[in-house]
Amino acid sequence: MVGQLADRIFDPLRSLGRFTLLIGRAFRSLSEFRLFRKNIFEQMVRIGIESIPIVALAALFSGAVTTVQTAYQLVSPLIPRSIIGAVVVPSVILELAAVITGFLLAGRVGARIAAELGTMRVTEQIDALEAMGLNSVGYLIVPRVVAGVAMFPVLYVAACFVAIGGGIAIGHATGAVPAGEFISGAREYFKPFDPIFGLIKSLVFGFVITSISCYKGYYTRGGAEGVGRSTTEAAVTSCVYILLADLVLAATLLNL
Amino acid sequence: MIVVRNIHKSFAGKTVLQNASLQVNEGEILAIIGRSGSGKSVLMKHMVGLLKPDSGQVLVDGLDINTVSYRELQKVRQNFGVLFQGGALFDSMNSFENVAFPLRTFGKLSEIEIQERVLKCLEMVELPDVGTKLPSELSGGMQKRVALARAISMNPRYIMYDEPTSGLDPETSNTIDALINNLADRLNVTSVVVTHDMHSVLSIADRAAFIHNGTIWWVGTIDELHTCTDPVLIGFVKANEYQIGPQHAAAR
Repeated sequence: MVGQLADRIFDPLRSLGRFTLLIGRAFRSLSEFRLFRKNIFEQMVRIGIESIPIVALAALFSGAVTTVQTAYQLVSPLIPRSIIGAVVVPSVILELAAVITGFLLAGRVGARIAAELGTMRVTEQIDALEAMGLNSVGYLIVPRVVAGVAMFPVLYVAACFVAIGGGIAIGHATGAVPAGEFISGAREYFKPFDPIFGLIKSLVFGFVITSISCYKGYYTRGGAEGVGRSTTEAAVTSCVYILLADLVLAATLLNL
Repeated sequence: MIVVRNIHKSFAGKTVLQNASLQVNEGEILAIIGRSGSGKSVLMKHMVGLLKPDSGQVLVDGLDINTVSYRELQKVRQNFGVLFQGGALFDSMNSFENVAFPLRTFGKLSEIEIQERVLKCLEMVELPDVGTKLPSELSGGMQKRVALARAISMNPRYIMYDEPTSGLDPETSNTIDALINNLADRLNVTSVVVTHDMHSVLSIADRAAFIHNGTIWWVGTIDELHTCTDPVLIGFVKANEYQIGPQHAAAR
């Protein structure tokens, strides 16, 4: 009973310690960049380029829906319609594009990373890399984390453009707000810090998703069941930490 | 030479190895035998530094691999070729790429030299034509042979075999045994074979180490195994439906 209680208290701390050590080892492995340079480009394609269609689809619909709902809430002869652009664009740039992309990638990329590494762990492929004298952390984890951090901002920018485009299109098509008024409203209230904040968020989310998923996959135990558990945990834990990081970043950076 | 000195290892409070000491001599084939779950593979993984003991030492050519830096350990590991139980081939690469992987990663060979070396290794394991096949397209025995080709591609001084014949039919097991013997002769390597297959032990090993209750219970040559009177060891060997005794040693 006491042992179980102690485990419940110390397990998260133990996990945090192992995660920190793993990421520390990954940073130290950067000196062996030559050995896994090629892998980084492969992972950039897998994590970034191959995610563009699903990110664009989600961004298109979320931009459109936000515009429709904002128009619905702000219908009044006293409010200029351009305010819709002034509300939708910062919402997309500050929150929607980054968080929706984050959730999508937690499922698509995070689960994939955990499944790949988990399978390699339970089939002793990671041991085989180590036994050859290769740094498995450098070879497997660094390329995925670097590619995630590098490509997430690209996906975020793409999501912003597509979501805003979707908003303009649906606003114009439904007659809620003409494109010109939408854009003029957005420009009037545009703050240059907003996209910088979004980019910072996307960098952090890219790191959170890839590092957590690598950790879950790398330390997979058990057979197929263990791989399944790691995959689920990678996606769920990434989503939870995205929300946490979102709050921390908003609280610290937007209160400047 | 590999020397394991008084190592102790436990997982989640369960002791797997206690005071285990063993020496692997240059050029020999040493079989580590014992029941399933007795700690054979754990002992082998300590020799390559894939596991760290709770206490004790593992010396490879006089170097304590548990006190050296990770960089130095990587260098030590490059002297090893390891054949894992399931082969551990990289499933995203075909057989050729699997064998070429360590050469491309560490070697300073040109691509033409790498191709020649890979083909030579695949020929050594009698699979010259499977280069384009993915691991999933190979049988279990073939996967182990390709994994063996990968293990020898860097000309290791030590080859570790983890259950090389488990799950294979007797004919394929004989082929693998012959390969282990052949490679030991041709490449002059030191081999450690983890197995519970007494047929393999009696046909390929120079010496055997028997693990029982987490300790190295018995170590000796195969001839000594035939004259051994230890009841625990005899029980294990007989469970394998093998008879040992001087008359069988003579027949060997």
